[in-house]
Amino acid sequence: MANEDVDHGRRRFLTYTTAAVGGVGVAAAAVPFIKSWEPSARARAAGAPTMADISKIESGQMVRYPWRGVPVFVVNRTQAQVATLKMKDVIDRLRDPDSNETSQQPAYAKNWHRSLKPQWLVMIGICTHLGCVPDYVPKIGPEPFDPDWKSGFFCPCHKSRYDIAGRVYQDVPAPLNMVIPPYHFVDDTHVQIGVNPPGEKS
Amino acid sequence: MAGAIARWFNERAPGLGVMYRKHLTEYYAPKNFNVMYYFGSLAMLVLVNQILTGIFLAMFYKPSALEVFPGTSEAFASVYYIMRDVDWGWLIRYMHTTGASMFFVVVYLHMFRGIMYGSYKRPRELVWILGMLIFLVLMAEAFMGYVLPWGNMSYWGAKVIISLFSAVPVVGETLTHWIMGDFNPGDATLNRFFSLHVVALPMVLLLLVVLHLAALHEVGSNNPDGVEIKKHKNERGIPLDGIPFHPYYTVKDLFGVGVFLLICAFVIFYAPGMGGWFLEHDNYMPANHLVTPAAIKPAWYFTPFYAILRMIPNKELGVLALLLSITLPFLLPWIDRGKVKSVRYRGVLYKWALGLFALSFICLGLLGGEVTHEAIPAIFGPNVDVTTVDNTFGRFWVAVYFGFYLFLWVYTYFGFEKTRPVPERVTTHD
Amino acid sequence: MTKRIHIFLALTLALLVGAVSVQASEGGAGLMSANINLRDQASLQRGAKLFFNYCSGCHSLHYMRYSRMARDLGLTRKEVMQNLNFTGARFQGHAIAAMPEADAEKWFGKAPPDLSLMVAQKGPDYVYSYLNSFYLDPTRPVGWNNTVFPNASMPNPLWELQGLQVAKLSTPDSKGKTEVIGLDLARPGSMTPAQFHAASNDLTAFLTYVSEPVAVERQSLGIWVLLYLAAFTLLAYMLKREYWKDVH
Repeated sequence: MANEDVDHGRRRFLTYTTAAVGGVGVAAAAVPFIKSWEPSARARAAGAPTMADISKIESGQMVRYPWRGVPVFVVNRTQAQVATLKMKDVIDRLRDPDSNETSQQPAYAKNWHRSLKPQWLVMIGICTHLGCVPDYVPKIGPEPFDPDWKSGFFCPCHKSRYDIAGRVYQDVPAPLNMVIPPYHFVDDTHVQIGVNPPGEKS
Repeated sequence: MAGAIARWFNERAPGLGVMYRKHLTEYYAPKNFNVMYYFGSLAMLVLVNQILTGIFLAMFYKPSALEVFPGTSEAFASVYYIMRDVDWGWLIRYMHTTGASMFFVVVYLHMFRGIMYGSYKRPRELVWILGMLIFLVLMAEAFMGYVLPWGNMSYWGAKVIISLFSAVPVVGETLTHWIMGDFNPGDATLNRFFSLHVVALPMVLLLLVVLHLAALHEVGSNNPDGVEIKKHKNERGIPLDGIPFHPYYTVKDLFGVGVFLLICAFVIFYAPGMGGWFLEHDNYMPANHLVTPAAIKPAWYFTPFYAILRMIPNKELGVLALLLSITLPFLLPWIDRGKVKSVRYRGVLYKWALGLFALSFICLGLLGGEVTHEAIPAIFGPNVDVTTVDNTFGRFWVAVYFGFYLFLWVYTYFGFEKTRPVPERVTTHD
Repeated sequence: MTKRIHIFLALTLALLVGAVSVQASEGGAGLMSANINLRDQASLQRGAKLFFNYCSGCHSLHYMRYSRMARDLGLTRKEVMQNLNFTGARFQGHAIAAMPEADAEKWFGKAPPDLSLMVAQKGPDYVYSYLNSFYLDPTRPVGWNNTVFPNASMPNPLWELQGLQVAKLSTPDSKGKTEVIGLDLARPGSMTPAQFHAASNDLTAFLTYVSEPVAVERQSLGIWVLLYLAAFTLLAYMLKREYWKDVH
């Protein structure tokens, strides 16, 4: 084991080069394993746009449509319900009445009614607190959980309250307004959930 | 930086440094290892590959024989879910299936190396026995993994192999039903095989591998000359013909890993089925308990043993011969009474016998793989009686396989072997 | 005895030499050879069209999504949904046959097999030959038979294209039995034999694609992996040479 005439520079260079090249290989080999955890084609297929036929939804009624494994609420809001959205005593009690939190709705739904048309609410029915599905409580009038209820959504899990545009009230555990998914009207009676209106971005 | 980290660990767990030195930097391996000595480390590499890819496959695979659509089980469908719907699932599965076959390639070569250079002989009997146990567990592991896709070969393979247990006197029938948890291979069978394949057997395998290495490092490695390097040490007690495993054999094995991975990658990317040897055509058909595949044969790595079973025209004796063919190698350290380890210095007859033994294993493999069913008419014309030729040929090689052990005992026990002088020190090395 | 030894030697040698080649040409006897190019998208598209027009009524592709097929075959969503998807299935859905499997079992005695993995199971040559080997056989319940898969309970779905084939029989042997020794085209179809060979080859190519949709991607990636490993192995070899200079 005579080490005297070893070219240490060359040895170190080869060691580091091999280690680096091997490391790159190991890292590259890890990529397929990491990527395999991404939503599979099956999951993506389940997340494909859902077509909702809204012609049968009566005024004041809500229907749920599955989309990406979550319930999407479609509400045919009454005139009275729409009117509550602009009431000062409702707006004053909300956390984010102007929908300034951009992650919670596409740009085309950042308006006073949080939708494409004031009459129709299309919203992911998932409470922003811990992910429960809130109840739809259409009544305008006193409720056990709110003597001054103006119609909206009430989460039974931790008592979070939202108005009829999914805007969260103050002094409840939920931090944010409920999410509006990308959607557009194919015609007057069909809404496609999961696709933005032509020319719009989320 | 590296020094500081090493010191931090050394203060808290001095045992780690001791282990590192004992098994790597101060483990002195003979400097004359040849190409046959790559396969131990390659087997370790494949084991790691199987565990990693297996962990990921288990995330997507469903061990259920229940139907998802007519004729197809959830297990089968989940395999093709992995192949098509899971991102990169195809690569992970091909790595696992190719790894399974390559495992046996390297393990068979590793075992043959052990026989060639007498690595099973005193003082390494325990290393050999632990290695044979690894081989046994590996066979069980491979068989159960083969069943999991629940294709038609999986199903019939399970049925035939489990039926071997019916040869056990008195309780045979009960035993097969107990193993299957049903009266035919079914959901219960698949579920328990999955559990054994992914949890129980890998744990046993890992434990045995640790013991195999611990036992080896206790006595030190053999070498192609079959000389004990510990006989000649320098003033510091280091074997004169030994070199530290790290860095010398780590860098050498790294080169071996490169060549090996080139071969594996070629299979994975250009011939994942290996023409029906690694992935059998009939296993692309879902399990069907009404239709037996035309060629019912095990995966290639079991074909030599399967041929022994097939060549013996009696069920009980056939199963016994099969068992014997797998257990006899355990006894090699005691069957072989020769004093010389390496084939290089052993008697001429031994060299011939070893060659024939290897040839018998290959020929039995081809017989078990039913290659002969097509080769025989091709050679002898279409009118030949395939079964007769097949059986004669097969029984000849069965006799050679078992004959090797008998010959070895007679040859060495009665001192017929004329050995050549074994050198004091190792000879050639690179 | 000598003869026996010769047989052993011949067989052993033949086996060792021929093991791989025999396996590779498995089931090769008497089959026509298909000429598949998975990178020829036009051929795959023609094959897909044939499949969905003539086969998909009875046979499913349970593991093939329309969307994946569109991507791999270079088709738009619209083309697939209008020209290939006749069942009203979703674009992301699987290509399931229009005929319910339970009914099929009643009508044919056996549900038509799923074709997702048929080429992987049987090989392209088998499928190609099968498609070309239907002939009229009044003794069979469906009126058809096939030389590649005798007594298959399947009528020739492509007869309008191929025309009608009838069996050419051998002269009866001593027991009065005859064998099919060839097929004659009794009535031409809308395609010439050459056109039909090309069409059935396209269909086989499509089914080959379906049996492993990732095959082209796999082969394209493989070359880079091999090049990388070759470079790594070379480096490892140089490193080994460098260190082993110490060993005398």
